[in-house]
Amino acid sequence: MKNLAELAEIRDRMKNKVNIRETNGDNIRVLVGMATCGIAAGARPVLNALVEEINKRSLSNVTITQTGCIGICQYEPVVEIIEPGKDKTTYVNMTTEKALRVVSDHLANGRIVNEFTIGAAAK
Amino acid sequence: MQEISLNILDLAQNSISAGAIVIKITIGENTALDTLTVSITDNGKGMSPLQLQSVIDPFYTTRATRKVGLGIPFFKMAAELTGGRFEIASTYGVGTELSGVFIRSHIDRMPLGDINATIITLIQCNPQLDFIYRHSFDERDFTLDTREVRKILEGVSLDEYEVIVFLKEYLSDGEKELINAN
Repeated sequence: MKNLAELAEIRDRMKNKVNIRETNGDNIRVLVGMATCGIAAGARPVLNALVEEINKRSLSNVTITQTGCIGICQYEPVVEIIEPGKDKTTYVNMTTEKALRVVSDHLANGRIVNEFTIGAAAK
Repeated sequence: MQEISLNILDLAQNSISAGAIVIKITIGENTALDTLTVSITDNGKGMSPLQLQSVIDPFYTTRATRKVGLGIPFFKMAAELTGGRFEIASTYGVGTELSGVFIRSHIDRMPLGDINATIITLIQCNPQLDFIYRHSFDERDFTLDTREVRKILEGVSLDEYEVIVFLKEYLSDGEKELINAN
């Protein structure tokens, strides 16, 4: 049975780690749509998959957060990736498998997965 | 929405958009009364009496991207389909409180679903906000209050991976205790 006091151990370990995340200007933001449309379409598992994979690969310059309705509800779940100095990438009809590919190709290696983007879907 | 926990994830977004910094999510399961009650209370900016009336209308929304706001209407319908009820109260400048009572054994009562995933998602995406999650099942009770977590962490963010992993296990243990009879 876990008890909250065990958090003290985690705190001590985290405090010792140098936290590079906040100070860098080259932080990549990943926004997962979490309005009614996104949630109904399956955004919760997509977000979980992103968190797990990003952590597995120790990508420290990535922040995941949620966003509201973007207005393209029929394409939900939607994941937007915002990199400083570059155009925003909008991935649509996301699934947990696609999320893994986006993390490995785009976030870890800088290669946009064109077939998952809204540009490709709209054709 | 196939699970009540997804409705909760959705409704909590309203509290967050309203600028709430403390959001209370309470689930009470009572087998004697055959009810499952979900309530969400926040200290966001609240609503005027006129807005409060409009909020159950699926064609009312404050966002500009779409002409529908389905979160509350869906939740209200889900509760009423089971023979239960929905209530919402708000004070402008103070906050909002809503609750749905579901008749637990009704065939149309959708499952609660993965409520822990909902709570973790909320904390993960909003580490600066406080969530008080309380789930009771008859006489048994479990609470996760992020204010206590924050106190122990002394400045370490709640969305640090190790913290989230810990909280996931904490929630999972808590749920097991709730469900296991004796």
